[in-house]
Amino acid sequence: MSTTTLPAKRRGLDYKKFLANNGALVGLVVLCLALFIATPDFLTAQNLLNIGIQVSTVAVLAFGMTFVIVAGGIDLSVGAVAALSAMSSGWMFASAGLPGWLALLGGLFIGALAGTINGLANAYGKLPSFIATLAMLSVARGLTLVISDGRPIKMPAEVSFLGGSLGPVPMPIIILVLAALAASFLLNRTVIGRSMYAVGGNAEAARLSGLPVKRILVTVFALAGLFAALAGLLLAGRLDSAQPQAAAGYELDAIAAVVIGGASLAGGLGKISGTFVGALVLVVIRNGLNLLNVTSFWQQVVIGLVIALAVGIDVLRRKTRSS
Amino acid sequence: MSQQALVTLQNVGKTFGPVTVIKDVTVSVYAGQVQVLLGENGAGKSTLIKMMAGVYQPDAGHIVVDGQTVTLPTTRAAEDLGIATIHQELNLVPTMSIAENVMLGRMPTKHGLVDRSALRNRARAALALIGLDVDVDTLVGDLGIARQQLVEIAKALSINARILILDEPTAALTRHETESLFAVMADLRRRGVGMLFISHHLDEIAEVGDTVTVLRDGEFIAEVPASTPEDDLVKLMVGRSIEDQFPRVTGDVSQASAILTVDNLTSTGSFSDISFSVKAGEILGIAGLVGAGRTELIRAIAGADRYTSGTVAVRGRHLPNGSIQAAIAAGIGHVPEDRKGQGLVLDASVNDNLGYATLASTAKLGLVDFAGQRSRAGEVATKLRIRMHTIDQPIGALSGGNQQKAVFGRWIIAASTVLLLDEPTRGVDVGAKVEIYELMNAITAAGGAILMVSSELPEILGMSDRILVMRDGRLAGELTAAEATQDAVMTLAARDVDENHEQR
Ligand SMILES: Nc1ncnc2c1ncn2[C@@H]1O[C@H](COP(=O)(O)OP(=O)(O)OP(=O)(O)O)[C@@H](O)[C@H]1O
Ligand SMILES: [Mg+2]
Repeated sequence: MSTTTLPAKRRGLDYKKFLANNGALVGLVVLCLALFIATPDFLTAQNLLNIGIQVSTVAVLAFGMTFVIVAGGIDLSVGAVAALSAMSSGWMFASAGLPGWLALLGGLFIGALAGTINGLANAYGKLPSFIATLAMLSVARGLTLVISDGRPIKMPAEVSFLGGSLGPVPMPIIILVLAALAASFLLNRTVIGRSMYAVGGNAEAARLSGLPVKRILVTVFALAGLFAALAGLLLAGRLDSAQPQAAAGYELDAIAAVVIGGASLAGGLGKISGTFVGALVLVVIRNGLNLLNVTSFWQQVVIGLVIALAVGIDVLRRKTRSS
Repeated sequence: MSQQALVTLQNVGKTFGPVTVIKDVTVSVYAGQVQVLLGENGAGKSTLIKMMAGVYQPDAGHIVVDGQTVTLPTTRAAEDLGIATIHQELNLVPTMSIAENVMLGRMPTKHGLVDRSALRNRARAALALIGLDVDVDTLVGDLGIARQQLVEIAKALSINARILILDEPTAALTRHETESLFAVMADLRRRGVGMLFISHHLDEIAEVGDTVTVLRDGEFIAEVPASTPEDDLVKLMVGRSIEDQFPRVTGDVSQASAILTVDNLTSTGSFSDISFSVKAGEILGIAGLVGAGRTELIRAIAGADRYTSGTVAVRGRHLPNGSIQAAIAAGIGHVPEDRKGQGLVLDASVNDNLGYATLASTAKLGLVDFAGQRSRAGEVATKLRIRMHTIDQPIGALSGGNQQKAVFGRWIIAASTVLLLDEPTRGVDVGAKVEIYELMNAITAAGGAILMVSSELPEILGMSDRILVMRDGRLAGELTAAEATQDAVMTLAARDVDENHEQR
């Protein structure tokens, strides 16, 4: 009775496995094909660039959310933190007179700081992440209004550059790719990234194995805050100004993207590539419905159904795999 | 046997994806009899009984109840036919009370509301059957693993089944509670209940069983009477004989220095004033009843819980209170009592689970050493003979005993020199146990020290060089390997124990 290694799976099964593990990707392809057939406006360079720009904000937010969800938590504050970071950046530039590049870094710092506070409240203050980040949502949105007095603030050129183009390629798309690579590297290659899966899968087992669970949680939320800040700056760069109500409700899009991408809200599962596909699914559906002249009211209904469908399929898939 | 079986699995088979787990096995349960299932870890015992319990459906063969072929699509369908199951892994809701767990799905109601007093009374009656004396309003999550197991047993007993399946019910119990369970089983047998019993404790087989079905690699090997000598059972089960069940090789430790020193350790409410030391090359066993504070003591030493006062030192260096990382850095490795809840990340791969303790220490610039981690995990998996399909499969799909080996393997990889073992061989088969014992020998021979809590007295007696006995959170005495007998240990562990237990 030695270690039993059974013969590897037959090749024929592989495409089935691929389908089962990449349901969201298959859905995305089908969706794109359908839109391609339904409207000539879909497959144009302009529309695809539009989709790229729109997905950048959602995806960058969702990358940060992926860390949190993999580690078994949830972050409701990312939209508000994105707005606060952009607004702080604008304030540092316009009111405090800091140089633009410093204001940009300052904005990122504020996001990471807000995330760190979430993490401290969750890991050390023992607040459930749902509650800690719900409180942060309110605080961050409130502070954004306080700083701006409810009015938009002009962004420095360095931030506006993030919303511009490098040659023919929009900057948000470049940032998106860089953020995806960084997030995926972090999650897959680093000790802290691999530890997130352990903490989300079974925090007590992770702790007893010597993983610094509390520090990991603080880092996870700090990263989510940092990515939220980046998303906020992207958005502000595009509009050339920080809006007090920017990114309101985006946390739900981010959570939806992560979950459509195959992560489990119970923790321990999730991938950056999945999240990216999840974000694309959301944005392409919105884009397609716009092209087809569906009102935004109905769009909300459709998006809700898509989330329920995607997660429902996923749950079914896991059930059939485990029995 | 001319009598009709209550339930028969007839030539059943089961596959998971490409893996065939059960091949053409037939087993029956008769009224008033205890059918024992015997086999190594991963032989397919749990998979087999899950088909009887309605958890899995057989891919081949069929199930016959009272002479009628039936399908059991759900656990509810099995219960409706009078089949109750105590699963190997606990299925309790930690955030609900004992009473609610025992009556889960069968809450007594009055005017459409839960009848709380009936709920409590029925639960109390169920607990009384197995002699578990705790408040039924206690949350299950606040109980230790042994008491949770007793709650699980009470839950199954309260169903009044005709057929009771018990998958390793005694793995988490001490002799004392095991005997209460056997008394209940004897009573059920007189009342004509048919039982299917699984255990890796061979001595229990002759005690409660009638016939034994032996499985190996998912195949039927033999059916023999339960009175078959243990050595023959082992041979049927593993295909070879095992010379020595407890192959302890003791070195001379009289000159050795103490590696682990515990001084006046106290944790209010759990244990108090515990002092001892473990020398290089020594295995120190800790015996005691459930609730004596053994697990709490081990956890405090490991840094998993904070203690109130006292000190813990490794090689003369004091460890900070409540720091797991410091303990690991000093060479401590902790195998916790509950592998599912505290030992493993079930959704993660075998590879990942083996590597958690060395994830950070082997990393370069914060990057995981994937190749190194993988080769170390592969080596240990082979060394411990962990049975798996691939090292990348989720560890939750491994059989219980193989999961236990993986928790152990993590500390082998970490090269721990002070092992704190809390029920290290719970649910591990005889062959694999010997392999784990050999590993313990190798660790002590290399100058390591082992502190072992076990509820299995033969294991404590067979593997320890010295034995501490705990009672009610205090050290009740110390015995050398030469002095220690079951009687001597039990006398110290439970002064008020009744005649019955002292005679064993
Ligand atoms: N859901 C599953 N998916 C894939 N393989 C499984 C699954 N459940 C069990 N197996 C495999 O089937 C085999 C038999 O497992 P089973 O749990 O029945 O063993 P067992 O005899 O009860 O062992 P133990 O004594 O360790 O409890 C093991 O090799 C296990 O890895
Ligand atoms: Mg089993």
